Amino acid sequence: MTWLRALVAFVAVSVALVLQVSLFPHLAWDGIGPDLCLLVVVGAALVRGPQFAAVLGFAAGVALDLAPPADHLAGRWALALVVVGYVAGHVVQRGSRQGSRPGDRPSATAVLATVAAASFVGTSVFALTGIVLGGPVGIPELLEVIVVALVWDVLLTPLVLPPVMALFRRIEPDRSLA
Amino acid sequence: MSRMRERRWRGPGGGQQPSPALLVALVLASLSLMTLDAQAGGPVDSARRAVGEVFGPVEVATATAVRPFTAVPDWFRSRDDMQQDLLRLQAENSRLRSDLATEDYDKNRLDEYDGLTAAARSLGTSLVPARVVGLGPSQSFSRTVTIDAGSDAGVRPDLTVLNNDGLVGRVLRVTRTTATVLLIVDADSVVGARVGRSMQVGLLHGRGVLGSDGRLDLELVDQTAVPAEHDTVVTWGSEAGGPYVSGVPVGRVTHVYSSVRETTQRAVIDPFVDFGALDLLGVVVPSGTASDRAVIEANGTLR
Repeated sequence: MTWLRALVAFVAVSVALVLQVSLFPHLAWDGIGPDLCLLVVVGAALVRGPQFAAVLGFAAGVALDLAPPADHLAGRWALALVVVGYVAGHVVQRGSRQGSRPGDRPSATAVLATVAAASFVGTSVFALTGIVLGGPVGIPELLEVIVVALVWDVLLTPLVLPPVMALFRRIEPDRSLA
Repeated sequence: MSRMRERRWRGPGGGQQPSPALLVALVLASLSLMTLDAQAGGPVDSARRAVGEVFGPVEVATATAVRPFTAVPDWFRSRDDMQQDLLRLQAENSRLRSDLATEDYDKNRLDEYDGLTAAARSLGTSLVPARVVGLGPSQSFSRTVTIDAGSDAGVRPDLTVLNNDGLVGRVLRVTRTTATVLLIVDADSVVGARVGRSMQVGLLHGRGVLGSDGRLDLELVDQTAVPAEHDTVVTWGSEAGGPYVSGVPVGRVTHVYSSVRETTQRAVIDPFVDFGALDLLGVVVPSGTASDRAVIEANGTLR
């Protein structure tokens, strides 16, 4: 049933992508909306760990890079979300190794902190690739985008993360067999 | 492409120990994707098109579904008929304003014999109406939108896009049902422009910022010409009519900076179009283009 799991993950990313492009611009502040794809990747990282999240991050990033109206160099969001998935999964694993056993549900504070860190890392990595590739981006504008996106992502966490995590928990393979 | 992803997913399963090799592989894959996309006409362009064919209709459907809800705040502001009046007056107002804005330009153009033939040629165009169905987030630092008209509607790359306030941008690429439009406020956008009063030509560069700071920078070809504040800037256009048709109002000069040392003039242009609230747009197509929808002809009739 691996292909089914992949399909469910792909549909989750697609729904996030379409809502991010077609619904949230109506609510966006100065053009800056929430990164729903990033939230889905963080949800996957919290439930399934860094490996799965990094692969899902790559797939979500490629979709974000190619689906209209994207026009930036393809691969930039892919790189950013791979890093996000890996880092978010790693942080959670580290945390769970110290206290409770792995597989336990992370606390609400831990989820919020992970989302905030992931949002900061994701937007920054994307912006940094832009600067490295010679895009004209001003620092004040950059900081505004990073901060507002972070606030958006943290605000949407209570709405988006619980269903996403429940979904990934449901399609998770049985750990006792793994 | 999805089959490739499935195969990738089968590998790691749900393992607990993260392997650095996988991370390195994914990062390298992202980097090679960037390298591939850096060359024009590469395989990434066809991938973009294929993904666009799939996501385009979904975006159109989603935008159609949420449109009634995005209009909800308007219901509380005024009654329906007042809303209609308001829309009609706004449309009339912006039409009159753009008439006024291009008055200098029109006067100059009528004076010139060349201008007359250009005007005659620009009558041979018509508009394909389209709605904005997707906006890229500011996190991507590029200002592009998806519109719900594609190659089926007669839209093709490098066509001018405008709304009733002025110039919006140009078509970058199309799928069957959607098209991606580069807004003139994008940092990569360059538009040939002309100051309506003095007929001086120059180049307009976007700043990549939306909202109240969404300004354009005008660099005139003739370094000694000084544009006056409140002068109107229109598109310059090329002989072939692409990518921008001539005479479309773009914006108004708000500031002029001159650097004596570099002997350059730079003017800041406030665009007429509100790029934060784009909805109904028109794509300028050659007259007689086959389309899947009603096309607005140059004389205002629908076909």
